[in-house]
Amino acid sequence: MSTIDRETARKVAKLARIAVPDEQLDALAGEFTAILDFVEQLQEVDVDGVEPMVSVTPMRLKRREDIVTDGNRQGDVLANAPDAREGFFAVPKVVE
Amino acid sequence: MSDLTDLTLAEARDALRSGETTAQALTEAHIEAVEGAGALNAFVHPTFDLARAQAEAADERIRRGDAPDMCGLPIGVKDLFCTKDVASQAGSKILDGFRPAYESTVTDKLFTSGAVMLGKLNMDEFAMGSSNETSTYGDAVNPWRAGNSDAALTPGGSSGGSAAAVAARTCLAALGTDTGGSIRQPAAFTGIVGIKPTYGRVSRWGIVAFASSLDQAGPMTRSVQDAAIMLRAMSGHDPKDSTSADLEVPDFEALAQQDIAGKVIGIPREYRMDGMPEEIEALWQQGIDMLRDAGAETRDISLPHTKYALPAYYVIAPAEASSNLARYDGVRFGYRAKLDQGDGVTEMYEKTRAEGFGHEVQRRVMIGTYVLSAGFYDAYYNRARKVRALIKKDFDEVFAEGVDAILTPATPSAAFELGAMADADPIQMYLNDVFTVTVNLAGLPGVAVPAGLDRRGLPLGLQLIGKPWAEGELLATARALEERAGFVARPEKWW
Repeated sequence: MSTIDRETARKVAKLARIAVPDEQLDALAGEFTAILDFVEQLQEVDVDGVEPMVSVTPMRLKRREDIVTDGNRQGDVLANAPDAREGFFAVPKVVE
Repeated sequence: MSDLTDLTLAEARDALRSGETTAQALTEAHIEAVEGAGALNAFVHPTFDLARAQAEAADERIRRGDAPDMCGLPIGVKDLFCTKDVASQAGSKILDGFRPAYESTVTDKLFTSGAVMLGKLNMDEFAMGSSNETSTYGDAVNPWRAGNSDAALTPGGSSGGSAAAVAARTCLAALGTDTGGSIRQPAAFTGIVGIKPTYGRVSRWGIVAFASSLDQAGPMTRSVQDAAIMLRAMSGHDPKDSTSADLEVPDFEALAQQDIAGKVIGIPREYRMDGMPEEIEALWQQGIDMLRDAGAETRDISLPHTKYALPAYYVIAPAEASSNLARYDGVRFGYRAKLDQGDGVTEMYEKTRAEGFGHEVQRRVMIGTYVLSAGFYDAYYNRARKVRALIKKDFDEVFAEGVDAILTPATPSAAFELGAMADADPIQMYLNDVFTVTVNLAGLPGVAVPAGLDRRGLPLGLQLIGKPWAEGELLATARALEERAGFVARPEKWW
């Protein structure tokens, strides 16, 4: 039985890169616990010898020639960026 | 001729070909209907200029005698589809302002066959929801009302705008997508037809991804024949989606006409849920009787892993979503949070995602992150994938024993009031998909058909589940049900 505590909720939020204010962590932990309780039923199923499903419609992936099929679209690629400068995506300073 | 907005897709197509009407007249009639239906909040990005230009081009093609099936037919498109130079936000603030430089394969196919797009339709944020209440645009509203009540009802979700728009006759048909029931549940809640095709039948390229191993696009229409027509125009292999099947697309419209005498319809005992409303139970029995009347044989079957479908789904779908939604980082497209002095890249990610994603999306992304994290991957994610294999095996076995299709209720209830689930546990909302989610996990085609009204006068639907790639046969069974159910009720106009 997994109960998610406040600290675990904080860790998960950090991993998911979502800022969650401290005062909301307890409520979030409660919601996680409810959902994980619900999926806990999966532990009842006998899955011995069962392969995890990889593809629901078994088919061989198609191959194609290893050649360039698209490109030279810098303008299109940057057109929707919140901040693009001189042909690049701009982000806050990463290295001091 | 009757009111242009009352035509089925098939009737409109035939009227265009015979010259009884024009694409431009059809389009203007629907634009007027959209403009008059603001209260439904279904169309969130109207594209009337584009529609008028497409209609004019369609009339020209019809004059030249070059009119494919969808030529000149006004439709709506779920906001999840990327449409070139037209806002495509997946119902989310985080894609605010996003205008793709490309066209999704499905919309491209429909436009190539002449379809007219009236606009983009409301939906739950990133298709996560069953009531259209998680949308950044606000709730879409069901055109149906219960008895004399004027309480606003949900059109279902996540394709709630699509369902409301088609039921209210503001477009002839609409595109939806279905990851756990998001076409079939809203179709049932609004008295229309919705089919989720076999996984791989329709290209996913250019559709904003939620859970890639479960997502499929499909048509939402006012008749089974219409669903067949539109599905054919959407289907087919696409080199840009490696999971799209390289199979010939049959003439679904012709196949849907076939007689179903002698077909074997399975009735799964596990779908008889505790506490299921009597009306749903009765409707299911009527469906059984109707299919028998059409000459089919019904057979009790067992799908023993049914009860594990929702729990497996609520591991697999959030896991895939947490990965797919990692791309919304405030760098390449859409929304970026205002940053404080000294904030770095990490703060940019965290603030952008906190402000840009709504609560349900955040919750699912985090659940997905948790079940994929070190130490839990096997216990949750791998176990869920094994259970998924068993769920598919249940279906494989009954089909191998000669069952041609399976009949179930589409939803556990009729449409509920907007806001009714606000304080409920998230699991209560998830239970809406209890009859539909197995179909996504097994990759099968499933169709919701309007079959009756509850005692308050709200539509109820039945679901038929087919064998992989047997959409034509499935639609023939759906048509037999449709003919016998004789569902002609429509929402009384209050908007």
